[in-house]
Amino acid sequence: MKQILQMHHVNYAYHNMDGETKALQDITFSIEEGEFVAIVGPSGCGKSTLLSMIAGLIKPEGGTIELSGSPLEESKKNIGYMLQKDQLFEWRTIYHNVILGLEIQHMLTAKTKARANELLDVYGLDKFKNAKPSELSGGMRQRAALIRTLVLEPDILLLDEPFSALDYQTRLTVGDDIGQIIKNEKKTALLVTHDLSEAISLADRVIVLTKRPATIRQTVPVKFDLEEDTAMHRRNAPEFKYYFNQIWKELTQDGDDVKVSEPVS
Amino acid sequence: MEMMSKYQSQYLKKVRRNRQIVTLTRIIILIAFVGLWEWAAKEEVIDSFIFSSPSKIVVCFIDMVKDKTIFGHIGVTLYETVVSFLLVTVIGILCAIILWIWPKASEICDPYLVVLNSLPKSALAPLLIVWLGANTTTIIVSGISVAIFGSILNLHTSFNGTSQDKIKLIYTLGGKRYHALTKVVLPASIPSIISNMKVNIGLCLVGVIIGEFIGARKGLGYLIIYSSQVFKLDWLLMSIVILCVIAMLLYNLIAAVEKWCLKRY
Repeated sequence: MKQILQMHHVNYAYHNMDGETKALQDITFSIEEGEFVAIVGPSGCGKSTLLSMIAGLIKPEGGTIELSGSPLEESKKNIGYMLQKDQLFEWRTIYHNVILGLEIQHMLTAKTKARANELLDVYGLDKFKNAKPSELSGGMRQRAALIRTLVLEPDILLLDEPFSALDYQTRLTVGDDIGQIIKNEKKTALLVTHDLSEAISLADRVIVLTKRPATIRQTVPVKFDLEEDTAMHRRNAPEFKYYFNQIWKELTQDGDDVKVSEPVS
Repeated sequence: MEMMSKYQSQYLKKVRRNRQIVTLTRIIILIAFVGLWEWAAKEEVIDSFIFSSPSKIVVCFIDMVKDKTIFGHIGVTLYETVVSFLLVTVIGILCAIILWIWPKASEICDPYLVVLNSLPKSALAPLLIVWLGANTTTIIVSGISVAIFGSILNLHTSFNGTSQDKIKLIYTLGGKRYHALTKVVLPASIPSIISNMKVNIGLCLVGVIIGEFIGARKGLGYLIIYSSQVFKLDWLLMSIVILCVIAMLLYNLIAAVEKWCLKRY
Protein backbone atom coordinates (compact mmCIF):
# COMPACT_ATOMS: atom_id res chain seq x y z
CA MET A 1 0.00 0.00 0.00
CA LYS A 2 1.07 3.53 -0.74
CA GLN A 3 2.07 5.69 2.20
CA ILE A 4 0.23 8.96 2.11
CA LEU A 5 1.52 10.71 5.25
CA GLN A 6 4.91 10.34 6.89
CA MET A 7 6.08 12.16 10.01
CA HIS A 8 9.75 11.90 10.94
CA HIS A 9 11.01 12.95 14.37
CA VAL A 10 8.67 15.91 14.61
CA ASN A 11 9.05 18.25 17.59
CA TYR A 12 7.02 21.21 18.73
CA ALA A 13 7.02 23.61 21.69
CA TYR A 14 4.78 26.49 22.78
CA HIS A 15 6.52 29.76 23.53
CA ASN A 16 5.66 32.63 25.81
CA MET A 17 7.49 35.18 27.93
CA ASP A 18 7.85 32.74 30.83
CA GLY A 19 9.66 30.19 28.72
CA GLU A 20 8.88 27.29 26.45
CA THR A 21 6.67 24.28 26.99
CA LYS A 22 7.55 21.16 25.04
CA ALA A 23 4.40 19.78 23.49
CA LEU A 24 5.45 17.08 21.06
CA GLN A 25 8.69 15.15 21.05
CA ASP A 26 10.12 12.89 18.38
CA ILE A 27 6.84 11.93 16.75
CA THR A 28 7.33 9.40 13.97
CA PHE A 29 4.54 7.53 12.22
CA SER A 30 3.00 7.06 8.82
CA ILE A 31 -0.42 6.46 7.37
CA GLU A 32 -1.28 4.34 4.36
CA GLU A 33 -3.84 5.20 1.76
CA GLY A 34 -7.37 4.25 2.80
CA GLU A 35 -6.39 3.75 6.42
CA PHE A 36 -8.31 5.16 9.38
CA VAL A 37 -5.89 6.02 12.18
CA ALA A 38 -6.86 7.37 15.58
CA ILE A 39 -4.56 9.19 17.97
CA VAL A 40 -5.50 9.12 21.64
CA GLY A 41 -3.81 10.83 24.52
CA PRO A 42 -4.50 12.77 27.70
CA SER A 43 -6.12 16.21 27.21
CA GLY A 44 -3.70 18.99 26.51
CA CYS A 45 -0.96 16.67 25.27
CA GLY A 46 -0.69 18.41 21.91
CA LYS A 47 -2.97 16.26 19.76
CA SER A 48 -4.62 19.21 18.03
CA THR A 49 -1.21 20.82 17.51
CA LEU A 50 -0.19 17.71 15.62
CA LEU A 51 -3.13 18.11 13.23
CA SER A 52 -2.47 21.82 12.77
CA MET A 53 1.07 20.96 11.69
CA ILE A 54 -0.10 18.37 9.18
CA ALA A 55 -2.61 20.91 7.82
CA GLY A 56 0.27 23.35 7.38
CA LEU A 57 -1.20 25.93 9.76
CA ILE A 58 1.88 25.84 12.00
CA LYS A 59 5.43 24.74 11.27
CA PRO A 60 7.15 21.91 13.19
CA GLU A 61 10.29 22.78 15.13
CA GLY A 62 12.54 20.11 13.73
CA GLY A 63 11.59 16.95 11.90
CA THR A 64 9.84 16.57 8.59
CA ILE A 65 6.32 15.97 7.40
CA GLU A 66 5.84 14.40 3.99
CA LEU A 67 2.74 13.85 1.95
CA SER A 68 3.05 11.05 -0.61
CA GLY A 69 6.82 11.38 -0.48
CA SER A 70 7.18 15.13 -1.04
CA PRO A 71 7.64 17.74 1.71
CA LEU A 72 4.44 19.31 3.04
CA GLU A 73 5.06 22.80 1.57
CA GLU A 74 5.65 21.48 -1.94
CA SER A 75 2.96 18.84 -1.87
CA LYS A 76 0.01 19.29 -4.19
CA LYS A 77 -2.08 16.98 -2.00
CA ASN A 78 -5.31 18.31 -0.62
CA ILE A 79 -5.86 18.11 3.12
CA GLY A 80 -9.33 18.18 4.65
CA TYR A 81 -9.66 19.37 8.22
CA MET A 82 -12.69 18.93 10.42
CA LEU A 83 -12.75 21.08 13.54
CA GLN A 84 -14.26 20.41 16.96
CA LYS A 85 -17.32 22.51 16.26
CA ASP A 86 -19.01 22.59 12.88
CA GLN A 87 -18.32 26.33 12.40
CA LEU A 88 -21.15 26.68 9.92
CA PHE A 89 -21.80 30.34 9.13
CA GLU A 90 -25.22 31.50 10.18
CA TRP A 91 -25.32 34.12 7.41
CA ARG A 92 -25.06 31.43 4.74
CA THR A 93 -27.49 28.69 3.80
CA ILE A 94 -26.36 25.06 4.18
CA TYR A 95 -25.62 24.88 0.46
CA HIS A 96 -23.52 28.04 0.55
CA ASN A 97 -21.71 26.78 3.65
CA VAL A 98 -20.88 23.57 1.85
CA ILE A 99 -19.40 25.35 -1.18
CA LEU A 100 -17.34 27.79 0.96
CA GLY A 101 -14.10 25.88 0.33
CA LEU A 102 -14.77 25.69 -3.40
CA GLU A 103 -15.39 29.44 -3.42
CA ILE A 104 -12.11 30.15 -1.66
CA GLN A 105 -10.08 27.87 -3.90
CA HIS A 106 -11.79 29.19 -7.07
CA MET A 107 -13.04 25.71 -7.89
CA LEU A 108 -16.72 26.55 -8.36
CA THR A 109 -17.64 24.80 -11.60
CA ALA A 110 -20.76 23.04 -12.79
CA LYS A 111 -19.05 19.76 -11.93
CA THR A 112 -18.08 20.63 -8.35
CA LYS A 113 -21.50 22.18 -7.72
CA ALA A 114 -23.14 18.99 -8.94
CA ARG A 115 -20.87 17.02 -6.62
CA ALA A 116 -21.87 19.21 -3.66
CA ASN A 117 -25.54 18.69 -4.48
CA GLU A 118 -24.99 14.96 -4.87
CA LEU A 119 -23.31 14.65 -1.47
CA LEU A 120 -26.10 16.68 0.16
CA ASP A 121 -28.68 14.39 -1.45
CA VAL A 122 -26.90 11.15 -0.59
CA TYR A 123 -26.38 12.11 3.04
CA GLY A 124 -29.92 13.26 3.64
CA LEU A 125 -29.54 17.03 3.61
CA ASP A 126 -31.36 17.63 0.30
CA LYS A 127 -34.34 19.23 2.05
CA PHE A 128 -32.09 21.57 4.03
CA LYS A 129 -30.01 23.07 1.21
CA ASN A 130 -31.64 26.47 1.65
CA ALA A 131 -32.01 26.24 5.41
CA LYS A 132 -29.93 28.24 7.89
CA PRO A 133 -27.54 26.20 10.07
CA SER A 134 -29.59 27.00 13.20
CA GLU A 135 -32.53 25.07 11.74
CA LEU A 136 -30.50 21.81 11.74
CA SER A 137 -29.82 19.34 14.53
CA GLY A 138 -26.28 18.91 15.87
CA GLY A 139 -25.80 15.71 13.90
CA MET A 140 -26.97 17.21 10.62
CA ARG A 141 -24.73 20.23 11.15
CA GLN A 142 -21.71 17.97 11.64
CA ARG A 143 -22.65 16.13 8.45
CA ALA A 144 -22.86 19.41 6.54
CA ALA A 145 -19.42 20.29 7.91
CA LEU A 146 -18.04 16.97 6.67
CA ILE A 147 -19.53 17.53 3.21
CA ARG A 148 -17.92 20.99 3.15
CA THR A 149 -14.59 19.19 3.57
CA LEU A 150 -15.39 16.30 1.20
CA VAL A 151 -16.32 18.47 -1.81
CA LEU A 152 -12.69 19.59 -1.95
CA GLU A 153 -11.76 15.94 -2.63
CA PRO A 154 -9.15 15.73 0.14
CA ASP A 155 -6.49 13.03 -0.07
CA ILE A 156 -6.42 12.82 3.70
CA LEU A 157 -9.00 13.89 6.27
CA LEU A 158 -7.95 15.28 9.63
CA LEU A 159 -10.61 15.00 12.33
CA ASP A 160 -9.97 17.09 15.44
CA GLU A 161 -12.37 15.63 18.03
CA PRO A 162 -15.23 16.40 15.67
CA PHE A 163 -17.87 14.91 17.97
CA SER A 164 -16.79 16.33 21.32
CA ALA A 165 -19.18 19.29 21.12
CA LEU A 166 -22.20 16.98 20.84
CA ASP A 167 -24.17 15.40 23.67
CA TYR A 168 -23.43 11.74 24.43
CA GLN A 169 -26.32 10.17 22.53
CA THR A 170 -25.81 12.30 19.43
CA ARG A 171 -22.08 11.67 19.63
CA LEU A 172 -22.59 7.92 19.24
CA THR A 173 -24.93 8.19 16.27
CA VAL A 174 -22.98 10.95 14.56
CA GLY A 175 -19.71 9.10 15.15
CA ASP A 176 -21.14 6.01 13.44
CA ASP A 177 -22.65 8.13 10.73
CA ILE A 178 -19.51 10.10 9.91
CA GLY A 179 -17.37 6.94 10.14
CA GLN A 180 -19.67 5.28 7.62
CA ILE A 181 -19.51 8.25 5.24
CA ILE A 182 -15.72 8.27 5.37
CA LYS A 183 -15.64 4.54 4.62
CA ASN A 184 -18.13 4.97 1.76
CA GLU A 185 -16.03 7.70 0.20
CA LYS A 186 -12.88 5.60 0.73
CA LYS A 187 -11.02 8.40 2.44
CA THR A 188 -7.82 8.21 4.43
CA ALA A 189 -8.47 9.68 7.85
CA LEU A 190 -6.58 10.70 10.96
CA LEU A 191 -8.79 11.15 14.02
CA VAL A 192 -7.65 12.82 17.19
CA THR A 193 -9.71 12.11 20.30
CA HIS A 194 -9.58 11.44 24.01
CA ASP A 195 -12.58 9.15 23.80
CA LEU A 196 -11.18 5.59 23.73
CA SER A 197 -14.38 3.90 22.58
CA GLU A 198 -14.69 6.38 19.74
CA ALA A 199 -11.15 5.58 18.61
CA ILE A 200 -11.64 1.80 18.83
CA SER A 201 -15.01 1.82 17.10
CA LEU A 202 -13.74 3.81 14.12
CA ALA A 203 -10.02 3.19 13.56
CA ASP A 204 -7.86 0.52 11.93
CA ARG A 205 -4.98 1.51 14.16
CA VAL A 206 -4.75 3.49 17.40
CA ILE A 207 -1.66 5.52 18.28
CA VAL A 208 -1.33 6.16 22.01
CA LEU A 209 0.46 9.31 23.12
CA THR A 210 1.95 10.01 26.54
CA LYS A 211 1.20 13.17 28.43
CA ARG A 212 3.18 16.35 27.72
CA PRO A 213 5.77 16.38 26.21
CA ALA A 214 3.93 13.85 24.10
CA THR A 215 5.77 10.93 22.58
CA ILE A 216 4.32 7.84 20.96
CA ARG A 217 3.91 5.19 23.65
CA GLN A 218 2.39 2.43 21.58
CA THR A 219 0.64 1.70 18.32
CA VAL A 220 -2.25 -0.75 18.63
CA PRO A 221 -3.64 -2.32 15.45
CA VAL A 222 -7.39 -2.78 15.77
CA LYS A 223 -9.00 -5.62 13.89
CA PHE A 224 -12.52 -6.87 14.19
CA ASP A 225 -13.79 -10.09 12.73
CA LEU A 226 -17.13 -8.74 11.56
CA GLU A 227 -19.18 -9.21 8.43
CA GLU A 228 -20.40 -5.68 8.55
CA ASP A 229 -17.61 -3.64 10.08
CA THR A 230 -19.47 -0.59 11.42
CA ALA A 231 -18.84 1.38 14.57
CA MET A 232 -22.12 0.15 16.09
CA HIS A 233 -21.27 -3.50 15.49
CA ARG A 234 -17.76 -3.03 16.79
CA ARG A 235 -19.04 -1.68 20.07
CA ASN A 236 -21.06 -4.86 20.59
CA ALA A 237 -18.25 -7.24 19.55
CA PRO A 238 -16.34 -9.18 22.23
CA GLU A 239 -12.95 -7.85 21.03
CA PHE A 240 -14.01 -4.33 21.90
CA LYS A 241 -13.48 -4.76 25.63
CA TYR A 242 -10.09 -6.32 25.05
CA TYR A 243 -8.85 -3.39 22.95
CA PHE A 244 -10.33 -0.94 25.41
CA ASN A 245 -8.46 -2.47 28.33
CA GLN A 246 -5.23 -2.72 26.38
CA ILE A 247 -5.25 0.93 25.31
CA TRP A 248 -6.48 2.06 28.71
CA LYS A 249 -3.49 0.34 30.31
CA GLU A 250 -1.11 2.03 27.90
CA LEU A 251 -2.63 5.42 28.65
CA THR A 252 -2.55 5.07 32.41
CA GLN A 253 1.02 3.81 32.58
CA ASP A 254 2.07 7.36 33.28
CA GLY A 255 1.11 6.58 36.82
CA ASP A 256 -0.90 9.55 37.95
CA ASP A 257 -4.41 10.65 37.19
CA VAL A 258 -4.67 10.96 33.45
CA LYS A 259 -7.99 12.13 32.21
CA VAL A 260 -9.12 10.36 29.10
CA SER A 261 -12.72 9.47 28.41
CA GLU A 262 -13.96 12.77 29.77
CA PRO A 263 -14.74 15.14 26.92
CA VAL A 264 -12.92 18.37 27.62
CA SER A 265 -13.00 20.88 24.86
CA MET B 1 -57.96 29.46 11.13
CA GLU B 2 -56.90 27.44 14.11
CA MET B 3 -58.85 27.93 17.29
CA MET B 4 -56.94 29.94 19.83
CA SER B 5 -56.81 28.61 23.36
CA LYS B 6 -58.27 30.71 26.12
CA TYR B 7 -54.88 31.29 27.66
CA GLN B 8 -53.28 32.32 24.37
CA SER B 9 -55.94 34.95 23.78
CA GLN B 10 -55.58 36.13 27.36
CA TYR B 11 -51.87 36.44 26.83
CA LEU B 12 -52.30 38.41 23.59
CA LYS B 13 -54.76 40.72 25.31
CA LYS B 14 -52.27 41.39 28.08
CA VAL B 15 -49.49 42.22 25.62
CA ARG B 16 -51.73 44.51 23.60
CA ARG B 17 -53.02 46.26 26.72
CA ASN B 18 -49.50 46.88 27.93
CA ARG B 19 -48.54 48.43 24.60
CA GLN B 20 -51.61 50.69 24.66
CA ILE B 21 -50.78 51.93 28.15
CA VAL B 22 -47.21 52.78 27.16
CA THR B 23 -48.27 54.68 24.02
CA LEU B 24 -51.05 56.51 25.81
CA THR B 25 -48.79 57.58 28.68
CA ARG B 26 -46.21 58.89 26.23
CA ILE B 27 -48.82 61.03 24.49
CA ILE B 28 -50.19 62.30 27.80
CA ILE B 29 -46.70 63.37 28.93
CA LEU B 30 -46.16 65.30 25.70
CA ILE B 31 -49.57 67.01 25.85
CA ALA B 32 -49.16 67.84 29.54
CA PHE B 33 -45.71 69.34 28.96
CA VAL B 34 -46.77 71.44 25.98
CA GLY B 35 -50.05 72.44 27.69
CA LEU B 36 -48.34 73.45 30.91
CA TRP B 37 -45.76 75.45 29.01
CA GLU B 38 -48.47 77.24 26.98
CA TRP B 39 -50.59 77.92 30.06
CA ALA B 40 -47.65 79.22 32.11
CA ALA B 41 -46.62 81.56 29.30
CA LYS B 42 -50.16 82.86 28.85
CA GLU B 43 -50.72 83.38 32.60
CA GLU B 44 -47.30 85.04 32.81
CA VAL B 45 -46.01 82.53 35.35
CA ILE B 46 -42.93 82.40 33.16
CA ASP B 47 -41.58 85.19 31.00
CA SER B 48 -42.56 84.29 27.46
CA PHE B 49 -39.83 86.60 26.12
CA ILE B 50 -37.21 84.24 27.55
CA PHE B 51 -39.10 80.95 27.59
CA SER B 52 -41.22 81.52 24.49
CA SER B 53 -44.33 79.35 24.21
CA PRO B 54 -45.55 76.49 22.01
CA SER B 55 -47.95 78.73 20.10
CA LYS B 56 -45.23 81.34 19.46
CA ILE B 57 -42.93 78.60 18.18
CA VAL B 58 -45.63 77.32 15.83
CA VAL B 59 -46.37 80.86 14.54
CA CYS B 60 -42.67 81.45 14.06
CA PHE B 61 -42.32 78.15 12.17
CA ILE B 62 -45.29 78.98 9.89
CA ASP B 63 -43.82 82.41 9.14
CA MET B 64 -40.48 80.88 8.19
CA VAL B 65 -42.19 78.23 6.07
CA LYS B 66 -44.09 81.04 4.28
CA ASP B 67 -40.95 83.01 3.43
CA LYS B 68 -39.18 79.67 2.79
CA THR B 69 -36.07 80.60 4.85
CA ILE B 70 -36.47 77.58 7.15
CA PHE B 71 -35.99 75.07 4.31
CA GLY B 72 -32.56 76.47 3.57
CA HIS B 73 -31.44 76.07 7.18
CA ILE B 74 -32.86 72.56 7.56
CA GLY B 75 -31.52 71.51 4.16
CA VAL B 76 -27.96 72.69 4.86
CA THR B 77 -27.82 70.98 8.27
CA LEU B 78 -29.28 67.76 6.89
CA TYR B 79 -26.93 67.76 3.92
CA GLU B 80 -23.86 68.33 6.07
CA THR B 81 -24.94 65.66 8.57
CA VAL B 82 -25.67 63.04 5.93
CA VAL B 83 -22.41 63.69 4.03
CA SER B 84 -20.29 63.53 7.19
CA PHE B 85 -22.16 60.41 8.33
CA LEU B 86 -21.52 58.63 5.03
CA LEU B 87 -17.85 59.63 5.09
CA VAL B 88 -17.47 58.45 8.71
CA THR B 89 -19.03 55.11 7.80
CA VAL B 90 -16.76 54.56 4.79
CA ILE B 91 -13.54 55.89 6.38
CA GLY B 92 -14.27 54.08 9.65
CA ILE B 93 -14.75 50.71 7.97
CA LEU B 94 -11.70 51.20 5.72
CA CYS B 95 -9.42 52.16 8.63
CA ALA B 96 -10.69 49.28 10.76
CA ILE B 97 -9.97 46.89 7.86
CA ILE B 98 -6.43 48.26 7.49
CA LEU B 99 -5.80 47.90 11.23
CA TRP B 100 -7.16 44.34 11.12
CA ILE B 101 -5.05 43.32 8.13
CA TRP B 102 -1.98 44.90 9.66
CA PRO B 103 -2.02 44.19 13.43
CA LYS B 104 1.30 45.93 13.93
CA ALA B 105 -0.22 49.20 12.71
CA SER B 106 -3.02 48.85 15.23
CA GLU B 107 -0.54 48.16 18.03
CA ILE B 108 1.43 51.27 17.06
CA CYS B 109 -1.58 53.55 16.52
CA ASP B 110 -3.57 52.48 19.57
CA PRO B 111 -2.48 55.22 22.04
CA TYR B 112 -2.95 57.93 19.38
CA LEU B 113 -6.45 56.73 18.58
CA VAL B 114 -7.33 56.62 22.28
CA VAL B 115 -6.13 60.21 22.79
CA LEU B 116 -7.93 61.50 19.70
CA ASN B 117 -11.09 59.67 20.73
CA SER B 118 -11.12 61.13 24.25
CA LEU B 119 -10.30 64.66 23.09
CA PRO B 120 -13.35 66.98 23.20
CA LYS B 121 -13.82 67.58 19.50
CA SER B 122 -15.47 70.98 20.03
CA ALA B 123 -11.93 72.13 20.84
CA LEU B 124 -10.97 71.38 17.24
CA ALA B 125 -13.71 73.40 15.60
CA PRO B 126 -12.03 76.84 15.89
CA LEU B 127 -8.84 75.33 14.50
CA LEU B 128 -10.70 73.86 11.55
CA ILE B 129 -12.22 77.27 10.77
CA VAL B 130 -8.76 78.84 10.65
CA TRP B 131 -7.29 76.06 8.58
CA LEU B 132 -10.12 75.35 6.15
CA GLY B 133 -12.12 78.62 6.21
CA ALA B 134 -15.74 79.21 7.12
CA ASN B 135 -17.44 76.95 4.61
CA THR B 136 -19.42 73.74 4.23
CA THR B 137 -16.28 71.58 4.02
CA THR B 138 -15.19 72.74 7.47
CA ILE B 139 -18.54 71.87 8.97
CA ILE B 140 -18.54 68.43 7.36
CA VAL B 141 -15.02 67.83 8.69
CA SER B 142 -16.20 68.98 12.10
CA GLY B 143 -19.04 66.42 11.91
CA ILE B 144 -16.59 63.69 10.90
CA SER B 145 -14.12 64.58 13.64
CA VAL B 146 -16.64 63.92 16.40
CA ALA B 147 -17.54 60.40 15.26
CA ILE B 148 -14.57 59.00 13.38
CA PHE B 149 -12.11 57.94 16.10
CA GLY B 150 -14.64 56.19 18.27
CA SER B 151 -16.00 54.53 15.17
CA ILE B 152 -12.59 53.16 14.16
CA LEU B 153 -11.89 51.90 17.69
CA ASN B 154 -15.27 50.18 18.03
CA LEU B 155 -15.16 48.57 14.60
CA HIS B 156 -11.60 47.40 15.15
CA THR B 157 -12.58 45.81 18.46
CA SER B 158 -15.50 44.07 16.81
CA PHE B 159 -13.32 42.83 13.89
CA ASN B 160 -10.82 41.44 16.37
CA GLY B 161 -13.62 39.78 18.29
CA THR B 162 -14.43 37.49 15.36
CA SER B 163 -14.27 33.84 16.40
CA GLN B 164 -10.72 32.55 15.94
CA ASP B 165 -12.08 29.08 15.15
CA LYS B 166 -14.07 30.45 12.23
CA ILE B 167 -10.92 32.12 10.89
CA LYS B 168 -9.04 28.85 11.39
CA LEU B 169 -11.71 27.13 9.32
CA ILE B 170 -10.95 29.49 6.42
CA TYR B 171 -7.26 28.60 6.63
CA THR B 172 -8.03 24.86 6.74
CA LEU B 173 -10.07 25.33 3.57
CA GLY B 174 -7.00 26.81 1.91
CA GLY B 175 -7.94 30.48 2.34
CA LYS B 176 -5.65 33.42 2.94
CA ARG B 177 -6.07 36.44 5.23
CA TYR B 178 -8.03 38.17 2.48
CA HIS B 179 -10.60 35.35 2.54
CA ALA B 180 -10.78 35.48 6.33
CA LEU B 181 -11.67 39.17 5.96
CA THR B 182 -14.29 38.87 3.24
CA LYS B 183 -15.83 35.53 4.18
CA VAL B 184 -15.82 35.78 7.98
CA VAL B 185 -14.78 39.07 9.58
CA LEU B 186 -16.96 41.43 7.52
CA PRO B 187 -20.13 39.30 7.39
CA ALA B 188 -19.83 38.50 11.10
CA SER B 189 -19.40 42.21 11.90
CA ILE B 190 -22.47 43.49 10.08
CA PRO B 191 -24.58 43.79 13.26
CA SER B 192 -21.86 45.81 14.99
CA ILE B 193 -21.28 47.94 11.88
CA ILE B 194 -24.95 48.89 11.92
CA SER B 195 -25.11 49.59 15.66
CA ASN B 196 -21.99 51.72 15.13
CA MET B 197 -23.86 53.65 12.42
CA LYS B 198 -26.71 54.28 14.87
CA VAL B 199 -24.30 55.99 17.24
CA ASN B 200 -22.50 57.85 14.46
CA ILE B 201 -25.55 59.55 12.97
CA GLY B 202 -26.19 61.30 16.30
CA LEU B 203 -22.54 62.22 16.79
CA CYS B 204 -22.30 63.66 13.26
CA LEU B 205 -25.27 65.89 14.00
CA VAL B 206 -23.50 67.12 17.14
CA GLY B 207 -20.33 67.86 15.14
CA VAL B 208 -22.22 69.68 12.41
CA ILE B 209 -24.06 71.90 14.92
CA ILE B 210 -20.75 72.73 16.66
CA GLY B 211 -19.28 73.65 13.27
CA GLU B 212 -22.29 75.81 12.40
CA PHE B 213 -22.08 77.62 15.75
CA ILE B 214 -18.80 79.19 14.81
CA GLY B 215 -18.39 79.16 11.09
CA ALA B 216 -21.63 79.25 9.13
CA ARG B 217 -24.10 81.60 7.48
CA LYS B 218 -26.80 78.98 7.20
CA GLY B 219 -28.07 75.95 9.01
CA LEU B 220 -29.86 75.26 12.29
CA GLY B 221 -26.68 75.69 14.34
CA TYR B 222 -26.21 79.14 12.85
CA LEU B 223 -29.87 79.94 13.49
CA ILE B 224 -29.47 78.96 17.16
CA ILE B 225 -26.38 81.12 17.70
CA TYR B 226 -27.79 84.07 15.75
CA SER B 227 -31.15 84.02 17.55
CA SER B 228 -29.47 83.84 20.96
CA GLN B 229 -27.39 86.89 20.07
CA VAL B 230 -30.42 88.93 18.97
CA PHE B 231 -32.63 87.49 21.73
CA LYS B 232 -35.10 85.89 19.35
CA LEU B 233 -35.85 82.95 21.59
CA ASP B 234 -38.79 81.79 19.49
CA TRP B 235 -36.32 81.02 16.73
CA LEU B 236 -33.93 79.35 19.08
CA LEU B 237 -36.47 77.02 20.65
CA MET B 238 -38.02 76.28 17.27
CA SER B 239 -34.58 75.23 15.98
CA ILE B 240 -34.13 72.93 18.94
CA VAL B 241 -37.53 71.33 18.32
CA ILE B 242 -36.62 70.83 14.65
CA LEU B 243 -33.28 69.28 15.68
CA CYS B 244 -35.15 66.84 17.93
CA VAL B 245 -37.33 65.81 15.01
CA ILE B 246 -34.33 65.45 12.65
CA ALA B 247 -32.37 63.36 15.18
CA MET B 248 -35.35 61.08 15.70
CA LEU B 249 -35.99 60.64 11.97
CA LEU B 250 -32.35 59.87 11.14
CA TYR B 251 -32.12 57.36 13.98
CA ASN B 252 -35.29 55.61 12.89
CA LEU B 253 -34.00 55.49 9.33
CA ILE B 254 -30.92 53.55 10.44
CA ALA B 255 -33.06 51.38 12.70
CA ALA B 256 -35.17 50.50 9.64
CA VAL B 257 -32.01 49.62 7.69
CA GLU B 258 -30.93 47.45 10.63
CA LYS B 259 -34.24 45.61 10.70
CA TRP B 260 -34.00 44.93 6.98
CA CYS B 261 -30.39 43.74 7.25
CA LEU B 262 -30.97 41.45 10.24
CA LYS B 263 -33.83 39.84 8.40
CA ARG B 264 -31.43 38.90 5.62
CA TYR B 265 -28.78 37.52 7.94
